[in-house]
Amino acid sequence: MTRLEALPHYVESNRFEHFVNYELLGKTALRVQRWRDQWKIARRRPRPDSALNPPLRSVVHMKEIMSRHYLEGRYAAGVRKVAWVTSGAPTEPLQALGYFLVYPENHAALCGVRRKAQSIAEEAEHAGWSRDICSYARTDIGAMISGKTPAGRLPRPDVLVCCTNICQTVLHWYRVLADYFECPLVLIDTPFLYGEANDHEVAYVKRQIEDMICVAEEIAGKSLDETRFREVMTNARRGAELWLEVLNRSQQRPAPMTAFDGFIHMGPIVDMRGEAVTVAYYERLIAELDERIERGIGAIKEERYRVLWDNLPIWFKIGEFSKWLAERGVNVVASTYTFAWGELAPMIDPTQPLDSMARVYLHPILNRSTGHKLDAMKRMVDEFQLDGVILHSDRSCKPYSLGQIDQRDRLVKTLGVPALLLEADHNDPRDYSDEQGSNRLEAFIEMMEPRA
Amino acid sequence: MSGIAAIGIDAGSTTCKLVAVDPDGAIMSSVLEPTEPRVELQVQRMLDAIRAKQGADSSVPTIATGYGRKLIKEATRNLTEITCHARGVFRDLGRAGTLIDIGGQDSKVIQIGPDGRPIDFMMNDKCAAGTGRFLEYTAARLGVSVPELGARALCTAREEPISSTCTVFAESEIISLIARGAEPDAILRGLHRSLVGRVVSMARSVGVVAPLMLSGGVAKNEAVRKMIAEATVEEVVLPGEPQLMGAYGAALLGIS
Repeated sequence: MTRLEALPHYVESNRFEHFVNYELLGKTALRVQRWRDQWKIARRRPRPDSALNPPLRSVVHMKEIMSRHYLEGRYAAGVRKVAWVTSGAPTEPLQALGYFLVYPENHAALCGVRRKAQSIAEEAEHAGWSRDICSYARTDIGAMISGKTPAGRLPRPDVLVCCTNICQTVLHWYRVLADYFECPLVLIDTPFLYGEANDHEVAYVKRQIEDMICVAEEIAGKSLDETRFREVMTNARRGAELWLEVLNRSQQRPAPMTAFDGFIHMGPIVDMRGEAVTVAYYERLIAELDERIERGIGAIKEERYRVLWDNLPIWFKIGEFSKWLAERGVNVVASTYTFAWGELAPMIDPTQPLDSMARVYLHPILNRSTGHKLDAMKRMVDEFQLDGVILHSDRSCKPYSLGQIDQRDRLVKTLGVPALLLEADHNDPRDYSDEQGSNRLEAFIEMMEPRA
Repeated sequence: MSGIAAIGIDAGSTTCKLVAVDPDGAIMSSVLEPTEPRVELQVQRMLDAIRAKQGADSSVPTIATGYGRKLIKEATRNLTEITCHARGVFRDLGRAGTLIDIGGQDSKVIQIGPDGRPIDFMMNDKCAAGTGRFLEYTAARLGVSVPELGARALCTAREEPISSTCTVFAESEIISLIARGAEPDAILRGLHRSLVGRVVSMARSVGVVAPLMLSGGVAKNEAVRKMIAEATVEEVVLPGEPQLMGAYGAALLGIS
């Protein structure tokens, strides 16, 4: 039996199933679900016992968009070409070619938020993958070999696109996927940047993107339509610009949303970058945030301290953290992680799609020096008028956590803001201790208390 | 009029401490007991005793700290050991600087600012190495009581290096060393060095600002004090009652 034959849960659909289950019934059911949610929100009474103000109304639209995306994923294999991609992969040409995109990292985060990640990761561990490997990788490999997923079912990939601008683990992880799925793997190597990208580095990445397009065209059986490609690039730029605006709205006092909201609302810009629905969603979200700002409504009722979050969220804790911190007057108003999907918007140039893509995909925060991240954090402390910084030392994500000890030290010494190194993991609850974590957070909050 | 201005409770993992202070912040009374499984009942009993002794009632501000602080229903407020130790030591020694607090369950390095408040801190990670428990656990294997640990470690010039920083693995190393006929005091010296190495490394990551102060139960161990001074090349200063500093700081914060 081949490895692929050992994955019977990856079944193909036909156009009829795709139409009936997704286009007809699925989309309708999700629309009805959204109406019900909107009706519930309209009837919702204020909760005086909660430290948080009611969640943003737009969240029901985001839930519909994301559910629709994952629902289509169940019936996409056999109907659309499917690409599994890393979160920093240059996906715009794939979208223009009509590929359905699966982001394994986003899927793993979904497992984390639903508190399914540990049991799924254990499937990978039982099959021999070490607990020292990134918990996203373990979650997705576990889901792949067991078929367990809160998304119902993921479509089998026709091609894998792995870009090294986020970490080196993906190199090995995607080789494993290629081995199991017996499909082509396109690797895009992005040299690490200590400053700005040189022309030869841009040319090197551009050539690899061109190669990726050739492979993707061959698999799709069609050529890239330049007009459609530009349209996707225009949407990608607009979506990223709007996402950046969403995040910057939290410079207001009180901030209309928390970074924990941001971790959830970033779903469309990660999974559906380049799609018109993403642009429309963020326009809606900004309108709601502006309405909150105008009425002086913050995400939390009493915003005493404003804090920056560095690194990935602790997905299995975001609800609890959001509530626990709000009860203590702490609003985590900004995060380096959510900014990663917006800060490069000005670099996206639809008139020079390939050159600008090469530049954009070289510059994510994780492909740049630790000094660059420190400067970004310092800027955010100033622009968002922050009282403290929480640096999540993420056991799984070494590239993001590298340098945090120095960064923390310099934030404390140069800016005089309290900064806490919080040890945890983005997806594995076994690497977080509630008692120790909350004790450190409480001491951190006490340090932010106004001086008498 | 009892004269008690506030009571501080430090419900720690190993010992439970209560300190009552007068309006000037001077210690009027203190109690220290090994922590019992039902710490909330134990604290209630200790509180009743101290109130009866001083003629105080339940209106006196009571601040709780330590791992069991959230169980103390009578506490006016809960504060972390970081804030309380900083305040207690600052009041006792009157100096800003770096405080190393080695407790039963964790160790912390706290930078105390010129106003007696913590401006930065670092705690041990999810591991018992570098805490009092490390010494207690490993000493038990050698049949040495906790109060004699420091003196025994200093009475020899020989030192058996303990390479493992994990409490459980260190115990395995001790078993191997005993089997090889190593001298128990030399093993103890190695254990102290291992603990101090870990704590000093944590202190360096925050930055050592003189004077270097020590609090917590392990501060009473002379070998730890001597080795920290050697490793940091700083004079080590101790408050009068290092074990009571958490409860004392809590009581002082009750006044303010």
